[in-house]
Amino acid sequence: MDQASPVSSPNSRRRFLKRGIALGAAITAAPTTMIAQPAGDDPSRVVGQAMQPYGARSRFEKAARVKGPPDMPDEWGANFTPLGQQMGIITPSDLHYEVCRGGVPEIDPQRHRLLIHGMVDRPVILTMDDIKRLPSTSRIVFLECSGNSQWATRGAPAVQITHGLTSCAEWTGVPLSLLLREAGVQKGASWIVVEGGDATGNERSIPLTKAMDDVLVAYGQNGEALRPGNGYPLRLIVPGWEGNFNTKWLRRITVVDRPYKARMESTGHPILLKDGRAYQDNRIMEAKSVITSPSGEQRLPGPGLYEIRGLAWSGRGLVRRVEVSSDGGKTWRVAKLQAPVLRMAHTRFTLDWKWDGREAVLQSRCIDESGYVQPTTEELVRVRGRNFVYFNNGIQSWRVASDGGIHNVPV
Amino acid sequence: MSRSRFGLFVVVVLTTLLISPASAQLPTYGVGRSPSPDEIKVWDLTIPPDGRGLPPGSGTAKAGEAVYLSRCAVCHGKEGEKPKYNPGFTQLFGGRGTLATDKPVLTVGSFWQSATTLWSYIRRSQPFDEPGVLTPDEVYAVTAYLLYRNEIIGETDVLDAKTLPQVKMPNRDGFVPDSRPDVGPTARGRASKPR
Repeated sequence: MDQASPVSSPNSRRRFLKRGIALGAAITAAPTTMIAQPAGDDPSRVVGQAMQPYGARSRFEKAARVKGPPDMPDEWGANFTPLGQQMGIITPSDLHYEVCRGGVPEIDPQRHRLLIHGMVDRPVILTMDDIKRLPSTSRIVFLECSGNSQWATRGAPAVQITHGLTSCAEWTGVPLSLLLREAGVQKGASWIVVEGGDATGNERSIPLTKAMDDVLVAYGQNGEALRPGNGYPLRLIVPGWEGNFNTKWLRRITVVDRPYKARMESTGHPILLKDGRAYQDNRIMEAKSVITSPSGEQRLPGPGLYEIRGLAWSGRGLVRRVEVSSDGGKTWRVAKLQAPVLRMAHTRFTLDWKWDGREAVLQSRCIDESGYVQPTTEELVRVRGRNFVYFNNGIQSWRVASDGGIHNVPV
Repeated sequence: MSRSRFGLFVVVVLTTLLISPASAQLPTYGVGRSPSPDEIKVWDLTIPPDGRGLPPGSGTAKAGEAVYLSRCAVCHGKEGEKPKYNPGFTQLFGGRGTLATDKPVLTVGSFWQSATTLWSYIRRSQPFDEPGVLTPDEVYAVTAYLLYRNEIIGETDVLDAKTLPQVKMPNRDGFVPDSRPDVGPTARGRASKPR
């Protein structure tokens, strides 16, 4: 059923999953290489490299995104964030997940324009300079593709593929409400239609109430300009709502009086129910969490004390609590939330765990400020059936085998 | 300002505030410039389900077959179900009656809700290698071909700005509002839960 699935044929799935395995192996091997400094190769006895105007990471660091699905053109699909290697709550811009349906456009910011028109008193064309002149604001916000986690239930081995279509960054830009007030929204208007400037010209309808609330027209990502794959030079940030709303390469805002039923809002990311009907106008990314360490394809060297680390988030606002189980959900302990804990942002949780060397099943569940409790996938399946694919926020299980190997437990 | 004149001033200001529509507010920053109607026309290709804004032109499935075979089949397959890029590409034909089965097939015919969505998507986003290249006649024609192959319209039915929004898509009533939260302690009432 799923046109965005990287893994709908057994063959391509095997190849796709193998890719993840190869990457995992490389990462595990890296520290060994670093420790094994040959004698006489002491970096403190030679002059180092020249300083560079624009930094690059150490050549020993290999964390990278993985593109899927493997059988599609490089311009079509998703680039998964290596959550297993990420530290803290900010995803480095070069590792932020991306979804493209027509490649990454190359846009000259000097030539880029944003048109605001429709039911407004003063239609306006803005340059990037115009937009940057306006009062700016910065906010740390997670994004998540509604297709995230569909591969968790199909046996993807590592957290990068099970959950790597979410990332979190500090975004800088102008509140959309300010731009709309400048244009003068007319009486009777109730929606906006936004459009991106890539080859697909992705369109979405957004209720005016949300547009006037907390939507950001962003040009900054983690202190510098947006990365091209994340919308350079201008994109929307729609906090808490599915990734596809966060229109990249933003070029047009049309103020209207009804939703326009564009491709991705009417047929793109349905929640298909067992009776064949589907939830429509799905927006909120519900509360979710995942243990990133220890997680699939990592290995515990032996019994002892470990820090369980993970990320939690909710499109309804604050993460209030995260609970962790090491016995497959029979008993739960409350994890520590690392500051800062911000609305609509990834929240880092940790918990000390003593592994006794016996098989264990690690799980985490997020409880948000609305009281919503992250469900098991079985609970979701019970209500929706097996075909819902999108908006899967079920609890992820990692089985720790007695040899220390860690494996996804597909539901 | 004397007390009475100040009172009058307050009355005038309040009255002005009360009777002015919100739209009479002036911009604070005044950045940007006004677009010409022609500029808006070039940019504004958005089409709602009622078809407002559809351009002149027309097409039939017969004419659309040639467009499909030359511009679409390379990815979607001649029969709309043997895509070059297996498995990712959308299957375009068939799938009716599968939505409630173990293997649902979501196609234009089995799932899509509105024919204008199809038209607007093809016009702005297709073909993959040269989006936006099709003329309105070609877009009407290839839309007609897809609807014909999904047994929604006839082979010689003419699609244009008037007829396209009237096409009744088979699954138009197959949607319910997002009923989440649908599990757990904050789940919505049974009434809104799926059957």
